[in-house]
Amino acid sequence: MGLIEKVFSLLESRHWGVHPADRKRPAADCPVRGLPLPERLYVPLQQHIGAAARPIVLVGQTVLKGQLLAEAQGATSAAVHASTSGSVTAIGDIGAPHPSGLSFPAVTIAADGADRWADTGVSVDPFSLPPQEIAKRVAAAGVVGLGGATFPSALKLGLGLRSKIHTLILNGGECEPYLSCDDRLMRDAPDEIVDGIRIMLHATGAQRALVGIEDNKPEAIAALTAAARDFPAVLIRSVPARYPMGSEKHLLSELTGQEVPADGRTTDLGALVHNVGTAWAVHEALRQGRPLVERLVTLNGGAIDMPGNIRVPVGALVEDVLAFVGLKTEPARLVMGGPMMGNRLPHARVPVVKGTSGILALTANEATTLDPGPCIRCSSCVRACPVGLLPLEMSARIGIDDLNGAVAFGLKDCIACGCCSFVCPSRIPLVHYFNHAKGELAAQGRAQLRNESAKRLAAARTERLAREAQEKAAAAARRKAERAAQKAAAAKEAAGTTAAGAAAAAEAEAAQAISAEATP
Amino acid sequence: MSIETPPFAATPHSPVASPHAHAGASVTRVMAKVMLALLPVTLYGFWLYGWPAFHLFMFTITFALFGEAFALRLMRRPAVPVLQDGSALLTGWLLALSLPPWAPWWIGAVGGLFATLVAKQLFGGLGHNLFNPAMIARVALLISFPIPMTLWVAPLPMGSVGAPGFVAGLQITLAGIPQLDAVTSATLLGHAKTELARGIDLLHAAANAPVLSYIGDRAGSLGETAALLIAGGGIALIFMGVISWHIPFAMLAGIALPAFIGHAIEPARYLDVATHLLSGAVLLGAFFIATDYVTSPNTRLGQLLFGLGCGLLTWIIRTWGGYPEGVAFAVLLMNALTPAIDRLVKPRIYGRDRKGKPREPTAVKT
Ligand code: SF4
Ligand code: SF4
Repeated sequence: MGLIEKVFSLLESRHWGVHPADRKRPAADCPVRGLPLPERLYVPLQQHIGAAARPIVLVGQTVLKGQLLAEAQGATSAAVHASTSGSVTAIGDIGAPHPSGLSFPAVTIAADGADRWADTGVSVDPFSLPPQEIAKRVAAAGVVGLGGATFPSALKLGLGLRSKIHTLILNGGECEPYLSCDDRLMRDAPDEIVDGIRIMLHATGAQRALVGIEDNKPEAIAALTAAARDFPAVLIRSVPARYPMGSEKHLLSELTGQEVPADGRTTDLGALVHNVGTAWAVHEALRQGRPLVERLVTLNGGAIDMPGNIRVPVGALVEDVLAFVGLKTEPARLVMGGPMMGNRLPHARVPVVKGTSGILALTANEATTLDPGPCIRCSSCVRACPVGLLPLEMSARIGIDDLNGAVAFGLKDCIACGCCSFVCPSRIPLVHYFNHAKGELAAQGRAQLRNESAKRLAAARTERLAREAQEKAAAAARRKAERAAQKAAAAKEAAGTTAAGAAAAAEAEAAQAISAEATP
Repeated sequence: MSIETPPFAATPHSPVASPHAHAGASVTRVMAKVMLALLPVTLYGFWLYGWPAFHLFMFTITFALFGEAFALRLMRRPAVPVLQDGSALLTGWLLALSLPPWAPWWIGAVGGLFATLVAKQLFGGLGHNLFNPAMIARVALLISFPIPMTLWVAPLPMGSVGAPGFVAGLQITLAGIPQLDAVTSATLLGHAKTELARGIDLLHAAANAPVLSYIGDRAGSLGETAALLIAGGGIALIFMGVISWHIPFAMLAGIALPAFIGHAIEPARYLDVATHLLSGAVLLGAFFIATDYVTSPNTRLGQLLFGLGCGLLTWIIRTWGGYPEGVAFAVLLMNALTPAIDRLVKPRIYGRDRKGKPREPTAVKT
C-alpha cells in the first residue's frame, strides 16, 4: 500500500483545472460607478436556494429603501427587502434570469426618486451581542452567499456554531474570467470586509480566518493585508490563479492541504467557507443595519462599450444596466455570472438578483459555438477535471442512456465547473450532458420517492381494510357465541335431559365461529 | 442520443449550458500539428529515397482518404466534414512512413484502403477503433505480401547519379523495380536476424552489417532512418502540448532496459541499445504511433504502463520472434490491453480514496 500509494500520488497530476484567458482588465481597474436609479425595480421573491419568500406588502403600499418586502419561508429561505423607496405597483411574475425563460414572482416598485432609507439605527457593538443574535440579524438582513450559490448566510453561520468550527475561509478567489466585482470590493472596501470577517469569527466561534485571493489580484491582496494588519486572526493568503480555485472545496484544499470527504461538507473538517462579498454584507447588516439591497456587478464582454463594475440595486433590469454601460454591437450572447458557469439569458428583461456577480455581453468571437464531433479520447478533459473524473467515460455512458454507468464513473461528484467542455477539442457539450443526466437522476429519485410513498399508502390501506374486516368478523363471532349460549341456556331450562347435548352443540358452534374469524 | 436541443437554443451551434468560453482546441488543429511535426522527416525521406518514395506516399494517402470517403458514402453520411478533421490523412501518412519506400503502388493502395475502410470505419469511425489503423494495415500487408514488404532499398538521394527522376520514379512505383539486386539492401534488424539464423553471431556479423546512421544514410522506411528528425518532431509535439512525454519515454525505456541488460550479458546474441532504439519504427512508434489518442490509455499512469508494454514487447518480438521488427505487433497488442488498463487505472476522485470510498475527514490544523 505505502509504496504504491506514493507512486500514485507522485504521478497524480497536481495540474487540475484550466487557465482561461482572464479578461478581467481593464474592467477591474475602472472605478465603480453607480447605476442611475431606474424608474421601476422588479425585486424577485426567490433570490436564494430554497423556498421563495412570502410577500408581506400590498399593492399600492409605499415602502422605504431597506424595508422588508417578504419574509423567509421555510428552512433555507431568505428575506427580501425594498431596494429603493417608492410604491408597490404589482406583485406578480417576471422573467427569471435563467436560460429556460421561465418566470418567477417579484414585487414591482415604482421608484419615487428619493431613494430614502428606512430608519435602520443600530448602535450596539456587534461584539457585545451573543453569536446567535448575529446570525439572526444576518438572516433579517436577507444576506445570502454572494459567490453565486446564494445559500442563506445566516444558516451557514448557525451551522458553524453547531459543528465546532475553528477556521473560517473567505473566498476571494474569483477565478471566473471576466469577473472583477469581488476584486473591486476588496480594493475599495477592505476595512469593511475585514470588519465583516471579524464579526463572522465572533458569530461562529472560529479562531482564525484565512482569506484566499488569487495572485492575479495583487492590489486586492495588498489592500486586505493592510486592513488586516492589526488583526492577527485574519490571515490573507495568495493562491495561484487557476480555474476553479473559487470552488469552495478546492480553495479549502489549497489553503489547508486537506480534502473535504466525498458526500461531506467543509464543516466536517472544522472549516466554513464564505465569499468575501458576504463579509461585506455582514458588515453592512450589523454596523449600518442595512439589508442586502444592492451589489457590485461586473459588466464585461466584447460587446460592451464601457466595461466596469457597477453598483446596482437588486431588481434593476439587465436591460437598464446594459443601457447605462452602452453596447458597441449587438451581443451574440448574454450571460449572467461568469463564462465558465454562468447562465445564458434568454433576453435582457430579467432582474439583477443578489447572486448576480456579472453580466457579460459576449460577441460572436468570444462565445463558444459548438459543432460537436466524436470523442477522440484525447484525455484533455481527464487532465482538466479538478475532481479527478473521467468526463469522456461519463458522457459516453450518458450517450447510451446508461445513467447508472455514468454514476459509477463519478457523475455525482461532478461540480459542473466546465473545465472539461472548455478544453475538449471535439467541442462536446459535456457539462450539458452531465446537467441533463443529473436532472434525469433527480427526477427518477423523485419518482421513486413518489412510488414508495404510494406503495406505503396502499399497504396502509390494505392493512386498515384487513383490520376492519377482522374486527367485524370478531364482533360477529362474539354475537353468535352469545346467541348460542343464550339458546343453550334456554334449551337447558326447557328440557333438562337434553341439556348436555345442546350445550355441547352450542359450544361447537361458538368454536366454529371463532375459528372462522381466525382465518381471514 | 437522448439529449434533445432545448427549444430556447438561440442558434443550432450555440450551447445553452455553460461554459460559454472555449480554449480553442479542435480536432483538425491537433491533427495539423502532428502532420507539421512529421513534415521535416517526410520531406527529407523523399529526398533520401527519391521520387518512388514520393509516389508511394501519394498513393497511400489518396487511397486512405478514398477509403474513408467511400465508407461514409456507404453509410449515407456527408464525407467532406469528416475528411476535414484530418484523421484519415494522418493515418495514411503514418502508414506511408512505415512502408518500404520503393514498394509498388498497390501496396500503398491496399494498405491505405484497409487502414481507413476496415481498421477505422468498420469499427465505427474516429474515436471508436480499438486498434491503431495504420499499424493494422501495416501488419495486414506484412502478413499478406511478405516479399514486397521486406524489400528495402539503400538511399539514393534525388539528383544523385542513378537516382530515378519523376517519371522513372513513377514507373518504379507502378511497374516494379528494374535490376532489383543493384539497389536493395538489408535493414540493420533484418541483417542481424538473418545472420543469427545462419548461426553467425552478432560480433562476426557486425563486420559486414550496414552502419548505423543518425541522419538516415541506410536502408529502411521513410519514417525510420533519419532518427534525429523523427525524435525532433516528437519532442516538438510534446512542447506543443499535443502529446505528453509519458508514452514515448516509457516505450523507449521499455526497449532500452532489456536491450542494455541483454547486450551486457551476451553481446554475441543481443543487439545493443543504440541499434534497437534507432532502428525500425521505434522512434516513429514511440512518438507518433503509440501516442495515438484513440488507442492509448487516458491516465498518466496508464500511459506509462502502456508505453512500457509497447517497448518490452517490441524487444521480445525482435529478439525471439519470427520477424526482425516488432513495433507494429507490440503496439497492436498493447492497444488490445488499453481498455483493461483504463479500467484498472483511474484517477483518484477528490474526497475519495483510490477505491472510490469517501475519505475520512481529517481536521484542519490550526
Ligand atoms: S464539469 Fe464535472 S466532469 Fe467536467 S471538469 Fe468539472 S467536475 Fe470534471
Ligand atoms: S476532451 Fe473531448 S475528445 Fe478529448 S477525451 Fe475528453 S471528451 Fe473526448
